[in-house]
Amino acid sequence: MSSQLFTSKHNTLARLTLLLFVAGGAGFLGFMDMLHRSPYVRYTKVRREQPIPFSHKHHTSLGIDCRYCHTSVEKSSFANIPPTQTCMNCHNIMWNDSPMLEKVRESYANDESIEWTRVHDLPDFVYFNHSIHVNNGIGCATCHGRVDQMPLMWREKPLFMKWCLECHRDPSQFVRPDDKIFDMAFDPKSQSQEERDALVESYGIDTANQRLTNCSICHR
Amino acid sequence: MSNEVKRDPDGQLPFISGHSLSSVSEKISDVTTLPIKKMPKFWYGGMFLGLTVVQLLFFAIFVLVTRGTGIWGLNNPVGWGFAIINFVWWIGIGHAGTLISAILFLFQQDWRMSIARFAEAMTLFAVVCAGLFPLLHVGRPWLVYWLFPYPNTLGMWPQFRSPLLWDVFAVSTYATVSIMFWFTGLVPDLATMRAKTDLVWAKKIYHGMSLGWTGAARHWHRYEIAYLLLAGLATPLVLSVHSIVSLDFAVSNEPGWHTTIFPPYFVAGAIFAGFAMVLTFMIPVRAIYGMKDLLTERHMNNMCKVMLFSGLIVAYGYAMEIFFGWYSGSPFERFMVLNRADGPYAPSYWALILCNVMVPQLLWSYKIRTNPIMVFIICQFISVGMWLERFVIVIISLHRDYLDSSWAMYAGTRWDWAMYIGTMGLFLTLVFIFIRTLPIVAIFEMRELVHKEEHKEDSH
Repeated sequence: MSSQLFTSKHNTLARLTLLLFVAGGAGFLGFMDMLHRSPYVRYTKVRREQPIPFSHKHHTSLGIDCRYCHTSVEKSSFANIPPTQTCMNCHNIMWNDSPMLEKVRESYANDESIEWTRVHDLPDFVYFNHSIHVNNGIGCATCHGRVDQMPLMWREKPLFMKWCLECHRDPSQFVRPDDKIFDMAFDPKSQSQEERDALVESYGIDTANQRLTNCSICHR
Repeated sequence: MSNEVKRDPDGQLPFISGHSLSSVSEKISDVTTLPIKKMPKFWYGGMFLGLTVVQLLFFAIFVLVTRGTGIWGLNNPVGWGFAIINFVWWIGIGHAGTLISAILFLFQQDWRMSIARFAEAMTLFAVVCAGLFPLLHVGRPWLVYWLFPYPNTLGMWPQFRSPLLWDVFAVSTYATVSIMFWFTGLVPDLATMRAKTDLVWAKKIYHGMSLGWTGAARHWHRYEIAYLLLAGLATPLVLSVHSIVSLDFAVSNEPGWHTTIFPPYFVAGAIFAGFAMVLTFMIPVRAIYGMKDLLTERHMNNMCKVMLFSGLIVAYGYAMEIFFGWYSGSPFERFMVLNRADGPYAPSYWALILCNVMVPQLLWSYKIRTNPIMVFIICQFISVGMWLERFVIVIISLHRDYLDSSWAMYAGTRWDWAMYIGTMGLFLTLVFIFIRTLPIVAIFEMRELVHKEEHKEDSH
């Protein structure tokens, strides 16, 4: 027909366009989902730039307890980053002329905080209490990974909501005895299910009625 | 042609008169192919008004997104305000299109042909306007995809027990099916437009959109089957969408909401409001584009009958609400009824009764049903009335419920009004773009009708 601007070869083009819409749409959604979960967005296992290249690995290998610096982890909703004073407790005696620690001395002299890059930052709409986790059988390593083996700090877990819920739905997978909280090498899965259930019981974690997964537990 | 129009054997006026096959095509496609300078002032006026008012919408959305839903009049206890009122109002308006195109098609009501295209377009535009409100009410519209169940990183599905989620599915299905239905119905006409237009670029667009339609018998055959299937798909939607919208209320236990009459009462209200809106646009369009021979007074008469009928169901709903207040034996239900009639919002309740129950009774008269000006005025009453109905349902139940220590008053702020009026601008703009770019009456169906009229005697 002469009134037709398009010829039959355009049929293939039309079909390809349809395919492109479907495949392109699916591809785009898939890409966005992968991007959302990627270390590029989530910073999982990405070593973060810090003003001073502080090594947790080195300091824990000296036998320093987590709580020597992070003093509030058991007592406060907020797990603190130590003040410069804590660094200077040792470093005014040892390595006190190391160029690497210049910024620490500077901070101490000027009474200005070191601006660390925060690695574990939950969104503001999440109510998170650090002490209640530490006091009820959740060890450092469960959320923060093997910090004792990290030369520079990184985020071990992606901090997705489903990751929080994994434990809130069934805390017995992750609880450990009170004396193992700061034991970085301890594996909660090395205990039997009965032992872990008993721990949940002993901590008084209320698993009835899905209380821990109530929206208002975290979103207040 | 003589001025005396030949009546049907049953004494009815025909749905189309004084047309031949080609004059129908010319008349309808002329509206679209008219050079831009020859467009009637009505079109320019409508487009100008629409584009002006839609700026208000853009501005209101901009302020809303930058400052948050706090700019609205929502408070505690009235957590649902204009957003849901307007959402329900717009969704309801869309229902006439689906009813006309799907149910009347299945019942083989030929009179639907000349109004179906326009009504379907209005359905789509109304769904667009409706969708804006829940989208913006979520507060962070860029995260609205959270409403859909997909394997996400939250470790949670949406709450499948919530009617608000059912709404998401109901409305998105409605939008999808409506757009497919509308487009399928357009294909043969797009091919006609391709032939009628002289502009090369417009020709190309019509050509691409007509999907290679040649008018071959095989095409018609497949088209008829596809249209029938889509009509079958769309038919349950006429009833389901507004039923589900009504469950947003009925599933909760607020006084005045928790009643089983809500689904049918909402569906009837939707059809009532929808026909009023179709007539609101049809009456000026038929006058200005000289389409009185295609959109006849008999159409108006029929549509008014539908309005009268659905209006009576709505009136029955109002009566039942009062009855339930007494019959439930619940002091809260009883208080709600009294609070409607005699509370601080009593004027809106009585205005609603005036607009939706009293004024439509005029439609019992044949003279009024076929008088365009009267019908137009009644339609305005109905549109206002249906908005008031949702206002009464949403606000009066919420503002004073069980706990009288948390009673409060609610009023829309200027931003609430800006959004609402703004969506009317959006609707108007879309309607006038539609009038300019696509045939507002289905050309091929009109030709079919002409053919039927011509051969009416043969069949006997």
